[in-house]
This record gives sequence, C-alpha cells and structure tokens, in this order.
Amino acid sequence: MLRATALAFAALFLALAQPAAAASASDPAADFKAFRDYFTRRFPSVPLNDFVNGPYSMDADLRKQWVEIEEFPPYEFAVDKGKEMFATPFKNGNTYGDCFPNKGIGIRQNYPYFDTKLGQVITLDVALNRCREANGEQPFDYTKDDMAALTAYMAYTSRGKLFDIKIPDDPRALAAYENGAKYFYARRGQLNFSCASCHVQSPGEHIRTEVLAPALGILAAMPIYRSEWGGMGTVSRRFITCNSQVRAVPLAPEDENYRDVEYYLSYMSNGLPVSGPGARP
Amino acid sequence: MASTIRIRAIAGGDTTEVQALIQHPMDSGFVKDSSGNIIPPHHIEVVQFEHGGKTVFTALWGPAVSKDPYVKFSFKGAQKGDDLTVSWVDNKGESDSLVAKIQ
Amino acid sequence: MAREYMLRPMPSSDKQPDRTRRLMLKAVLAGIGLGLTGWWKLARAADASAWPKDAFAQKTEADAIKALFGKEADVSDQVKLDAPEIAENGAVVPISVSSPLPNVTTIAILVSENPFPLAASYKIPPGTSAMAANRLKMAKTSKVVALVEAAGKVYSASKEVKVTVGGCGG
Repeated sequence: MLRATALAFAALFLALAQPAAAASASDPAADFKAFRDYFTRRFPSVPLNDFVNGPYSMDADLRKQWVEIEEFPPYEFAVDKGKEMFATPFKNGNTYGDCFPNKGIGIRQNYPYFDTKLGQVITLDVALNRCREANGEQPFDYTKDDMAALTAYMAYTSRGKLFDIKIPDDPRALAAYENGAKYFYARRGQLNFSCASCHVQSPGEHIRTEVLAPALGILAAMPIYRSEWGGMGTVSRRFITCNSQVRAVPLAPEDENYRDVEYYLSYMSNGLPVSGPGARP
Repeated sequence: MASTIRIRAIAGGDTTEVQALIQHPMDSGFVKDSSGNIIPPHHIEVVQFEHGGKTVFTALWGPAVSKDPYVKFSFKGAQKGDDLTVSWVDNKGESDSLVAKIQ
Repeated sequence: MAREYMLRPMPSSDKQPDRTRRLMLKAVLAGIGLGLTGWWKLARAADASAWPKDAFAQKTEADAIKALFGKEADVSDQVKLDAPEIAENGAVVPISVSSPLPNVTTIAILVSENPFPLAASYKIPPGTSAMAANRLKMAKTSKVVALVEAAGKVYSASKEVKVTVGGCGG
C-alpha cells in the first residue's frame, strides 16, 4: 500500500515536472486528470465533493467537532461585516460591486484568473485592492480583517458554485500555471518540505498534532476562521504561515509565486464546490 | 453599530431551540500580546435570555469560554413570532442586548 | 440606560456596600410607592451580581464544586456529557451536557486542569430543557466534568479530552 502510494506520488511528480525547454508541451488537462485520479484512488471512500472540507474529509472525530461548530460558525461576523462593506460606497460614490461582474455576487469560483492585459494572475484579493485603489481608497492588508471580511462575504455568495478556473490560450498564462506547479512541488526551508510533502504525500496523516488536508480542493474553503488564530485569515495569511512553519522565509502577501500557486491549486479544484468561508482548527 | 449578538431561535412543536453566537474577545488574562504584556481578562460574565417577561436561561461564564462564544439551549412555552430578549454584561461592565423574533 | 449603570454592582471591594445601597434604593422606592413594581428589572439588562465570583476563582475541581453547590456530587449515568476524544484545538472545544432527570436547576461544566476549573454554569428555570451546549477553552489534556443539580442534589459525569498543541497552526 505504501509502495503503491509512493509510486503514484512519483508518477504524479514526474508527470508534472517539465524541463524548461519543453514548457510548451505542458498539458494542464492531463495534469488535472492525474491529480484528481491520485486523490480519488488514494481515498476511495471520500466523496469527491468532500475534499473541499480539508482535514474533515480525513478524520471522523475532527469532523464531528467541525459539524458542531458549523451549526453556528464564528465566521458569521466576518460575512456580515463583508456584506456591510459591500453595501457602503467609497468616498467617490462607487461600490465594490461596480468593479466586478454581477455586482460581485456569486463570482468567487472564477478566481484567480489570468489577466491577459496585465500579463499576470489576479486573485480575488488583488482584484479587491485594485478596485479600492481605482476608486481612490487605500488598499487593505492582504492577510486578515477587512480583506478577509470582503472575501468571506464573496465566498459565501458563491457557496456550492463549482470552481471554473480558466487557462487562456496564452503562453504567459501557461507559464504562470507551470510556475505555480513548480512552486507547489519544490522543497524549501530548513525542514525541506514542499507543499506536496504534506498535502499530496501525507493527507489524513498527522504532522505533530494537526491532520493534514488533501491538496485537492484545499483553497475551496478560503478565507477561514481558524481557532488557532482566534480570527479570520486569507490565502495570503495561510501561505505565509505555512512557509514559516517549514522554516522558509515567507514571501510578501500576493507575491507572484503565491498568486501562481493559488492559480495552479484552484485550477486543480475545477468542478469542486466553493465551501468558503470555512472554519478550521 | 451592528449588535454583537446573533440569535437563531426556532420553535418546533412545544419546544423552542435557541442558539446564540456573541462577538466578544473573551480574553482569559493568561495570554500575552506581541510585546510580551499580559492581555487583561475581558470576558462576558452573564448572559440572560428572557421570554414573556420571564428569564428562560442564564449563562454564567468564566474566561474559559471560547472567544466569540456560543451557547445552545431549549425551552417550552414560546411560539413563532414571539420576542426573545438576550442581554449580556462582561467583567468590565460593558454590555449589549438584542430582541430577536422566534422563527 | 443611565439608571442601569447606577444600579450595576461595582467590582470586588465595593461589592458589599453597593449591594446594600441597591437594596436600600429599591426599598426606598417601594416605600415611596412609585407603583412601578419591577421597574429596576426592566431597566437592568443581564444582572452582573448573579455571577458566582467565588466559584470562578477556585483553583481546584473540588473547591469549585463546593463553592458553586455547597455539596459534593454523585457520579451518575443520568448526566450525559458529549465532548470529543481529541480536541481539534484547545481554544474551541464543543461540549454539551444534558440530563433526563426532572427538576434540573443548574448545569455546570468544569475543566479540571484549567487554572480555574469552573468554565461555565447555566441556570435552568422550570420549563427550560436540561441541556446546554457551548464551546470551551482547554489549556491541556484534562478531565471535563459535567454537573447537574436536580431537586437539591448534585450529579456528575466526566470524560477525558486530549488536547495537543497545534502542529501547523498560526
């Protein structure tokens, strides 16, 4: 069983590790299938849509506690705050809704996207700060508080909608996707872990005392209220703390590499439902 | 300013189930801030639930109740559309209250 | 609202004189016959004086039970305590207590290894179910004790809940 897992993991890694010269040969659709199959074969009893619940799809006792907390979850305050912020115009009279399709409601599942004009991946959080700056407002800290309240509300309006991340027919988009994959599988830090070491090789297992979430659907519950934080945190917050935990120097929030790995992971969760905002240990 | 209190009160049969979620730091007095100074205790002490002029449940809380505290209980004698009054007071004398409709 | 502030008891050292002052104020007003029986109840929101300060200050399980109930508890299978085997995070542990016993007046929950074991106490008037669910902080692996007072007697049940330091949290 362990050998089969190791072989499957190695096969997945080889399928995704492309030499630089062969970048044009990368095949996200094939990667997607390999990634999906790896997790569904490794966890045959987990319903596909349940992967978005992270550690709770892996451990029954944890799940019971989560279900109790979800009865009346602590991220409700952030959702209400986000709703209020959405309804409050900027100084110039515009609103967040004016920056987004469908007034910003029920669109979270389309983020991140590759902006061909800007030539880079735009995450929901970056789009929100761009909206603020375009309307004469100061940008928010990417990791928590106001930004988390906005993305909590937007995630909430998209709950249950299926991720639909597109990679346009543009070599720069493909390069961003590949860079995200590379970041995900590259080892870093004193502990020499890659994201994959924990979330592809060891989901459902314990690292110290936490149960590891599977990489499939891992960002679907963002932003999250962590009991550990006593509050909300965004994708940026989690990437930074994960880096710190493997004793790697974290990047700045929404660094290009972070945006690219969010792009990669979100593409891999296409067809899975938005489960955010989420509650986690 | 929005209330700190969120209530879900649902009447089913002759019993009303009430869930409350309150926004409050519930600082225990055992945690230090980033400068190494103890954050003083700041927690809700009493939460009172009233229906029809009667107290139907009282929560007496210490600092070991989690941040953004939650409680669930149920009681008889209420109907859909009735008012449920919830109020809390903390160790600093701060307070908040809310009147919610039973669904 | 200003009235409410005046009536609220002051913290610790002033508590005794202030409570006396409150009672005197009530008596005086009753004596004057304002005819607004119970007005102080309407103006007052949650009554901070109901808080069992002494019990919350006790440092051992036994002392907390004595301070809260004035008597010892008998272990009973009529006290249902629902708590996880391993808390996903010691900061937020969902715990609930219920009892099929009639005439339950109080439900209390203690976390033995916490610096102050008494975590919460719930007053159950007639007509209210003998049930309470909440989320508590646990400093470390500990016995959790549920207490139910019914018809003047106190019953208990306990369960050990493991608490571990989060590995990848923060």
